[in-house]
Amino acid sequence: MQLDSQPLGTLAGIDDESEPHHIHTEEIRINMGPQHPSTHGVLRLMLTLDGEVVKEAIPHIGYLHRGSEKLAERHTYPQYVTQSDRWDYLNAMGNNQMWCQCVEKLMEIKVPERAEYLRVITLELNRIASHLLWWGAFGLDIGAMSLFLYCFREREKILDLLEMICGARLTYSFMRIGGVGYDAPPGWVERCFQTLDDVERTTGENEELFSGNEIFLVRAQNVGPLPLDVAIDYGCTGPILRGSGMAYDIRRAHPYSIYDRFDFDIPTSRTTDCMGRYVVRVEEIRQSIRICRAALKQLPEGEIVAKTPKTIRPPKGEVYTWIESPRGALGGFLVSDGTANPYRFKIRPPSFVHLQVIPYLLRGTKVADSVAILGSIDIVLGEVDR
Amino acid sequence: MTEASSLTPEDRIRRQFPDAVLEATLAVDVPTLVVDPAQVEAVARYVKDELGYKMPVLATGIDRKDSMEVVWHVLHVESGQFLGLRVRLDRDEPQVASLAPVWAGMDWHEREAFDLLGIMFDGHPDLRRILLPDDWEGFPLRKDYTAID
Repeated sequence: MQLDSQPLGTLAGIDDESEPHHIHTEEIRINMGPQHPSTHGVLRLMLTLDGEVVKEAIPHIGYLHRGSEKLAERHTYPQYVTQSDRWDYLNAMGNNQMWCQCVEKLMEIKVPERAEYLRVITLELNRIASHLLWWGAFGLDIGAMSLFLYCFREREKILDLLEMICGARLTYSFMRIGGVGYDAPPGWVERCFQTLDDVERTTGENEELFSGNEIFLVRAQNVGPLPLDVAIDYGCTGPILRGSGMAYDIRRAHPYSIYDRFDFDIPTSRTTDCMGRYVVRVEEIRQSIRICRAALKQLPEGEIVAKTPKTIRPPKGEVYTWIESPRGALGGFLVSDGTANPYRFKIRPPSFVHLQVIPYLLRGTKVADSVAILGSIDIVLGEVDR
Repeated sequence: MTEASSLTPEDRIRRQFPDAVLEATLAVDVPTLVVDPAQVEAVARYVKDELGYKMPVLATGIDRKDSMEVVWHVLHVESGQFLGLRVRLDRDEPQVASLAPVWAGMDWHEREAFDLLGIMFDGHPDLRRILLPDDWEGFPLRKDYTAID
């Protein structure tokens, strides 16, 4: 919504435009971040404001840069799994998958069936947990504080499941090159089904609590519209692209692991605004539950990791692959020189790509809408900065 | 945009720009073309406008010790086909046209390649450091980088 600055006289109803009664105003340049509860991490947005209206928003990043890509050149391939957890730390399973997938694709390693199923189950559980956190935080940013803990309560149950299988709640290092590192303990599958039932029920409750709330509707509808052609030109993927109308999901378009065996819908919205991105993610929780249940039912017995050479040395060459993370397309470009260390590894993080669109999205909006838009993009600074 | 002919993207680029493609490889399943740096912007526009590769995916800088490389990856959304465009540059003065004017999404990837490897992109709308502090000296991702303490 555009707000033109108007002479005070006109606003007060005085029609004489030849003598406007101006109050002296100036644009103000103000930092939002890097410490700010609504920037979702250490992001600095340099805002140029004319009153409440954002004239320009310039993101400054790098506060969480830890040299992940340089570290790749110093680690061995198996060691780097631990590093991968720390890019998008809310989707560590996805990061593991992307890294292992790069290496497995280059080396043509076949992952055993049971491992593939465990991967899909944990990937989708992680997706649900990530979306629940996003949901609660989005509500919190807008001012609906009750939603946060309801979402976190269910997320805790999922983190318990993941802790049961691999010992960690956030940075799992669960996957290995050729499979996974740990098997499901006794009772895990049953507990998964129970948790999924809880999440399904509470997702409905949360929607009743929040999705139809009039204030939320005003805060999200028609806020931050992103036309589809702009989204594509910036390289947007995931809920951003689907919220702008294109039913593009890498699990369907470039199937990896065993996703081609599962039935699931690709939620899409044509509204292109914050509301569009919102409904897409909420529905994705339901679709993830669907995939999870199917995978749990079909989980076969067998090995959890393929036989791989003692020292992982991919052949000389390069590979690009990507996966569908809760934030969009997480890609990796791996260059191998035939040694035990990667020669070059470039991470393509969805949050990094989406942050580029922020100046476009925020220009002309009000500050309060900026918070909603940033929340609807769902960034994690760990993968923006690496 | 559907491919009316059975020519591959590489064939069509070679026809349009007879001496631009220096090498063609397959990175597992991604066709990657080594392109003459002087013609890469023209090739990029053709790839986007005529061949329909509308989505920018990634721009990567690689230090090859005797040269500097940039690889751009783009996607033809409807068919799911990727294409890689690679240029080989002088190691001491790595400079190439920016593809940010072609695909807006190449902007930050190129800034990162500049920041960490020192590759200059001509025509980039805002070429400055992105991850490192503005006053950082040196290019850490280079193979000969030593930290100055």
